[in-house]
Amino acid sequence: MANLTLVQAINLALIQEMERDDRVMIMGEDVGLNGGVFRVTEGLHKRFGEKRVVDTPLAESGIIGTSVGLAMAGLRPIAEIQFEGFLGPAYDQICTHAARMRTRTRGALTVPLVIRVPVGGGIHAPELHSDSPEAIYTHNPGLKVVMPSSPRDAKGLLISAIRDPDPVIFFEPKRIYRAFREEVPEDEYTVPIGKARVVREGSELTMVSWGASVIQCMNAIETSGRDIELIDLRTISPFDMETVSESVRRTGRAIVVHEAPLSCGLGSEIASRIMEECFLQLEAPVQRVTGFDTIMPYYKLELEYLPDAERIGQAIDEIVAY
Amino acid sequence: MSTTKTKILKAHEVPVPDVDVLKGWLLDMLRIREFEVRSMQAYQNKLAGGFLHVYNGQEAVAVGCIGAMRHTDPVITAYRDHGHALARGLEPKIGFAELFGRIDGCAKGKGGSMHFFDRDNHMFGGHGIVGAQCPLGTGLAFATKYNDEVINGGTSDSVTACFLGDGALNQGSVHEAMNLAAIFDLPIIFCVENNRYAMGTSIDRCTASGDQITNRAVAFDMEARTIRGMDVIEVYREMKEIVEWVRSESKPFFLDIDTYRFKGHSMSDPRKYRTHEEEAEFEANDPIDKLSRYLISEKLMKEDEIKAMSKEIRTEIREAVDWAKKSPLPDVSELHHDVYADVWGPFTGTSLPRYMQERSAEEAGDGS
Repeated sequence: MANLTLVQAINLALIQEMERDDRVMIMGEDVGLNGGVFRVTEGLHKRFGEKRVVDTPLAESGIIGTSVGLAMAGLRPIAEIQFEGFLGPAYDQICTHAARMRTRTRGALTVPLVIRVPVGGGIHAPELHSDSPEAIYTHNPGLKVVMPSSPRDAKGLLISAIRDPDPVIFFEPKRIYRAFREEVPEDEYTVPIGKARVVREGSELTMVSWGASVIQCMNAIETSGRDIELIDLRTISPFDMETVSESVRRTGRAIVVHEAPLSCGLGSEIASRIMEECFLQLEAPVQRVTGFDTIMPYYKLELEYLPDAERIGQAIDEIVAY
Repeated sequence: MSTTKTKILKAHEVPVPDVDVLKGWLLDMLRIREFEVRSMQAYQNKLAGGFLHVYNGQEAVAVGCIGAMRHTDPVITAYRDHGHALARGLEPKIGFAELFGRIDGCAKGKGGSMHFFDRDNHMFGGHGIVGAQCPLGTGLAFATKYNDEVINGGTSDSVTACFLGDGALNQGSVHEAMNLAAIFDLPIIFCVENNRYAMGTSIDRCTASGDQITNRAVAFDMEARTIRGMDVIEVYREMKEIVEWVRSESKPFFLDIDTYRFKGHSMSDPRKYRTHEEEAEFEANDPIDKLSRYLISEKLMKEDEIKAMSKEIRTEIREAVDWAKKSPLPDVSELHHDVYADVWGPFTGTSLPRYMQERSAEEAGDGS
């Protein structure tokens, strides 16, 4: 075991997968000499050389398009996009090519590509550097979308993503890149894509979240002193409805928490699915605690925007009293 | 590993291939033309859906360029892709099955005209967004170099041909791809099929410095050349020199190929942007007639042999259409196949069509 931050856990996963498989290589802006904007690829350029850890121009469409070509030809590229807002220029390549190649070629050509993207707010960055666009990508069949909330899950999920035969967008919550450490196995291991983690068992209500918001949920649950079950989805496409359903049928109450704006966020989908699958067991309407339907604000107002323990706590009180 | 570099012949030194190769090219060009003629008919008869962009007039480009490459060198193009796939060896019946949305199509009836893929023949599509195939082509070239150098510990030995139209030159992703290819020294040829029209807008109306598009390569410090594209032998000899240079140097090349699209951009194009006189002038310069005349004048083939060959192709294509018509339609369950690999069991995503829910309930023996 090693006591690692999220950044260190991801770095370790990259090293182990690159040592294991020559086809794994990394491309992105400043990923080489500088070790990436958040230093996630620190040391890899020196260790694996410039042919496998490739500094690219500032050209997201080119980076992702080239990575799709590399993957179609049988390699296992990992592309880093510096911030989630920079996915915009690459959207065409992600959604018209990476997501659809398997279907379009009926499996003759596939895209085993990982796109690593720092995501979310909480680091005093401006909009386009603090957004949560995960729902946009979950709306594209053919992509898998993952967002870990802990170093241990991050390492295992990234290894799964690299070995996955399909394109995976691997969102890394910036806010918890270095916020805490956790014991992480030093040997390689996988955490399955598509399986949620029950962070904490409980009987009074079910809370569903992912990414950095999971930490806010924990804080709120501890403050409330109630017996609350917390589910970290870990994979948001395809998400593990079975675990959510099973829990809500037992507790009869559900709160979904995410940083992204409310309308058409993933919370809407989860609430619908709970309504469809657990209608007769529900004791109260499903609540959503989310960002607002506005552009992510600049840092002075950032904490007003992001769901925190206080807002989550209010939702707990309301749903229990309903 | 020591390799002695072989001398790269200049285009004018490249020998004209022997008669069997030339006959093969004539056959290929006739096959592409007849394929397109029957595709247009099928489209008008509503046998083929989607959209249709035919290659008539540009046959010498695909056949000449691909003829100068190794079979294992990757090829990628945009949506006017039938010619490249057929020149690479795709069977016409498989192409028609794709146009007709049948299970035997090269993308099992899910891609259509714009998405002709043939992995076995190293043909990587067939892509619908103008210019967006260029970063993919750059990635294919990157992959061959990576495989040769990093995985196999040798030297780069493949060449990727990335075809694009002159209209794609104004897409941002093309510039990104060319810059990446240049800084990474990738063995790729950007083969611009310059048919003078970006859909319905002529090159002088939409492309800055459109009379000399090789200027674009200057910005990337990339070698470039303009060649004529209506004579398959000329295309082949120029391409041969360039392919061997790219293979030996592992550097990108920008090739501007002057050609002409005899038909409209798509089947719904009224062609108001050009005159019948202009069309007639270019049609008089038909690449198939040109090669036929050459073969006759050099006494390599007789006129009636060429006629017999055309007849043979017409029969082959008619039979291919008939075969494709009989290919089954994909089962409705195909809707959910090939969206993901099935490594963790069936996709547990957010939606399943009703018929699949019923099916899984039956499989689970749940009669309720």
